[in-house]
Amino acid sequence: MTDLVIDTRGLRKEYGAKVAVADLTLDVRPGEVFGFLGPNGAGKTTSIKMLLSLTKPTAGEATLLNRPLGDLAARTRIGYLPEHFRFHEWLRADEFLNLHGELYGMDRAARGVAVPRLLALVGLEDRAATKLGAFSKGMLQRIGLAQALLNDPALVFLDEPTSGLDPIGRRVVRDIITDLRERGMAVFLNSHFLSEVEKTCDRVAFIRSGRILQTSSLKEFEQEAMQVVVRVGQPTPELLAGLARFGQNVVQQPDDGRIHLTLGDEAQLPALANWVVQSGYSLYELTPAHLSLEERFLQVVGEEMDE
Amino acid sequence: MAILVIARLTIREAQRRRLLWVALFMGVAFLLVFGLAFHFIRLDIERHAAATDQLAFVSVFLLTAGLYAVNLLVNVVAVLVSVTTISGEIESHTIDAIVTKPIPRWQVVVGKWLGYAALVLLYLVFLVGGLMLIVYLRSGFMMDNIGRGVLMMALAALLILTMSIAGGTRLSTIANGVLTFMLFGIAFLGGLVEQVGALLRNQAAVNVGIVSSLIMPADALWKKAVAYFQTNSPTTPFELGPFATITEPSTLMVVYAVIYLVGLLLFALWSFSRRDL
Repeated sequence: MTDLVIDTRGLRKEYGAKVAVADLTLDVRPGEVFGFLGPNGAGKTTSIKMLLSLTKPTAGEATLLNRPLGDLAARTRIGYLPEHFRFHEWLRADEFLNLHGELYGMDRAARGVAVPRLLALVGLEDRAATKLGAFSKGMLQRIGLAQALLNDPALVFLDEPTSGLDPIGRRVVRDIITDLRERGMAVFLNSHFLSEVEKTCDRVAFIRSGRILQTSSLKEFEQEAMQVVVRVGQPTPELLAGLARFGQNVVQQPDDGRIHLTLGDEAQLPALANWVVQSGYSLYELTPAHLSLEERFLQVVGEEMDE
Repeated sequence: MAILVIARLTIREAQRRRLLWVALFMGVAFLLVFGLAFHFIRLDIERHAAATDQLAFVSVFLLTAGLYAVNLLVNVVAVLVSVTTISGEIESHTIDAIVTKPIPRWQVVVGKWLGYAALVLLYLVFLVGGLMLIVYLRSGFMMDNIGRGVLMMALAALLILTMSIAGGTRLSTIANGVLTFMLFGIAFLGGLVEQVGALLRNQAAVNVGIVSSLIMPADALWKKAVAYFQTNSPTTPFELGPFATITEPSTLMVVYAVIYLVGLLLFALWSFSRRDL
């Protein structure tokens, strides 16, 4: 027994001769926002479908909330916003949430509290009596999100929750995800918007060709090697030599005279600044730059893309 | 109870999409046409023939013709309303957010089946009741064994409904529609061939008819219904055609149809429960 909310070992899905997911091995801890990243066709959707028992794995083992896949008791504490969701458009927003509440087994009193609360959470409280058929794409996405949170789940799967949303809608969804984390829910987020994942996720997994290539926490990324740009008044060869004591790959750009170097550790940054100033150089610029998630994504996933 | 939630949702969908109202409106139109036709034909007969058995003959004939039309309509409506329900929701992914709730998948199928069965049976009762009432009010004629006969018609409609729901768990909407209608057509043709065979005493043709009834017993059930309707008719009014029962299907065929229906429904539950969505 572990206290992981998602624990999979070698989940595999074959469709005939085609392998959609070769080996899905990952773990998601309680209360963390877990980003699931990969190019189109990498097996993301099939992975989510297996976890939610929409599709049966060919091989492998997995537990959600310490219960085997498909366990009904576990499902009472799981929420899901499907990617290409389409709901019964002839239902009103409040009827729609009531229906899904009933399917979760919530009684009338519980639904009476949850439905207005969630309508308000996604900013649709004044649209309760509007039919879903009259909703915009963004409103549908938000009501879908409300549906996934009806049962106050311990684990929520969000499959592309911000696709088709405008920047304001994306912001609303992002704030909701942040709020969910603060309330201790685990979120499994599948998104193409890397900047968003960067802002909301604790850890990310990169998947390509049906395999997890790397799982790391975003904090680890920050502590990892960083690129630094230095610009001083009159750079000298002694300066370059001195900087080489702090980091590697010290290169002066021929065009603007800026010096680029790689630091092994962020903690060296103050000492470096101190040394430059103490040595009598006029320091105009000292810019640390982490690899963005996008750069890292391309690095991890893109390396072998051309094969 | 999730089954009832889904059943209620199914009925509500029929209401909201105006299916129910269009069907009721057209049903009333159908009854109106039948009523007018019955009135004028009866008027004509009354002028020429006064013998009560001849008058009864006309009532039986027209009522059976009306019931035949009802049987056909209800079966077609049963397919049309249910043919997209599972395959369509799989294709649109509407089903994804439903089957990931804490309910077993088979309950979704049973709920939908119950909802549509209630609608189809209500429609059958509405149309048959309308016909009976028109005939009774105009002529005072009551058909024998109407209850048992309608029971056979109901069984046929449920059979077609179950076929369309079971097909939807495996096939695309359009393929499912073709399958169900073709099975219906085979049963109809087989029934006709059997009648001709019985008339000509051609055992091979009769056997073809029996085999087709085994493939899809809907038409045999209609024949059984007609046999109930016409048990006490003074004369055998029909020699051939869909209103005729030269060979009455055995009770065994009815038992077979019930087993067929239950088996098909169980297949639908099993099939939907284990398929990848």
